[in-house]
Amino acid sequence: MASEKGVILLDFWVSPFGQRARIALAEKGVQYEYKEENLTEKSELLLKANPVHKKIPVLIHDGKPVCESLIIVQYIDEVWSDKAPLMPSDPYQRAQARFWADFVDKKVYDCGSRLWKLKGEEQQAAKKEMIEILQLLEAQLGDKKYFGGDSFGFVDVAFVPFTSWFYSYETCANFSVEGVAPKIVQWAKRCMERESVAQTLSDPKKVYEFVCFLKKKFGVE
Amino acid sequence: MVASEAVRLFGMWASPAVRRVEWALKLKGIEYEYIEEDLSNKSSSLLEFNPINKQVPVLLHNGNPIVESLVILEYIDETWKDNPILPVEPLERAKARFWATFVDVKCREESRKAFFMEGEEKEKAIENLQVQLKALDEELEGKKFFSGDHIGYTDLAVGWMAFWLGVAEETAGFKANYDVKFPNFSRWMKHFLAEPVIKDNLPPREKTVEFFRAFKQLGSCTKVNQK
Repeated sequence: MASEKGVILLDFWVSPFGQRARIALAEKGVQYEYKEENLTEKSELLLKANPVHKKIPVLIHDGKPVCESLIIVQYIDEVWSDKAPLMPSDPYQRAQARFWADFVDKKVYDCGSRLWKLKGEEQQAAKKEMIEILQLLEAQLGDKKYFGGDSFGFVDVAFVPFTSWFYSYETCANFSVEGVAPKIVQWAKRCMERESVAQTLSDPKKVYEFVCFLKKKFGVE
Repeated sequence: MVASEAVRLFGMWASPAVRRVEWALKLKGIEYEYIEEDLSNKSSSLLEFNPINKQVPVLLHNGNPIVESLVILEYIDETWKDNPILPVEPLERAKARFWATFVDVKCREESRKAFFMEGEEKEKAIENLQVQLKALDEELEGKKFFSGDHIGYTDLAVGWMAFWLGVAEETAGFKANYDVKFPNFSRWMKHFLAEPVIKDNLPPREKTVEFFRAFKQLGSCTKVNQK
């Protein structure tokens, strides 16, 4: 990579992980070049920028790569610290934010994938787990406007991209997110009132089309 | 307010994640009370402070619980500002977090498989571990420690591999061959284990080998919950 000035984001349109980075950049008002990757034929730039994982998203800032979505969001928050802080200032609150973002990272995508990949008993088990995950997150949210309190923060950025996957989870596993975690649905609507989120999240129907494409690809009925 | 308030650590003697937190506390010269947990019979305190994962380590400070060892490390660094363990510069911080996450998620997963599984799956895990060690080896080129001349966050995060990987190899009968294939990593291991804070804060090797041998025999039935 040449040491060219500026910000590039290597990404894939429907990736909730990439969307975290896009939302953070938008919240901070950072201008950047978006580069869509073909994940079946990864670019030389991606392979050079992320040789260890070869995955998107990768943020390249003045020629230097930053990998892993939550690490990217923290980086963005620390570099462009003058506007829209995403992390709280108190160390204990920060630890809470990191814990819950890590919780979303470890639980939501994995369990969500099992909802559309599996059938029968295994799918039922995944559905039970997803309901538990959503209810734990709802308990954490409580009656706050955002996970970050009055301000949209790190956990909100970490979780909100998955809200456009709710329709797919519901359709594949036959349940209602609103039925099990209504506060989460309300929270998702409030987040969509933010330009950074509304402009970034994929249309849930398009996400579902993508999931159907993956199902076909993996031979899932 | 910060230094004099009680610090308590819930741990288990054989757990690498717990030692990681102890190393950080000792590097910072923070006094703490250690509470040993019997993970087959968890205390009501542990379950109260970590209801979601029910695991050690749990750090209690000013009555507030902090869980997940890497989260605890960042909390310690932000609360007690002397002897910083994370770099100051955002890009360096991002790199430090990257390698910590890499060993915690990827290397730990392959080590776990190499430890518990047999046959083809074990072989595949060992192969994957070698690829990961190569990446770590390259990262250490020209450096004494991951963090530079002194140990820091990344070293503390990778630290379990300096001791527990050897234990896993001995008890599960595999070899990662780092001394032959990964000279930088091998050199780092020796320097890391020689650091006073580390050397004086490791579990006794024989006892640890016995523990993991028994643990392997039990398989995943009585999984030791540690993070």
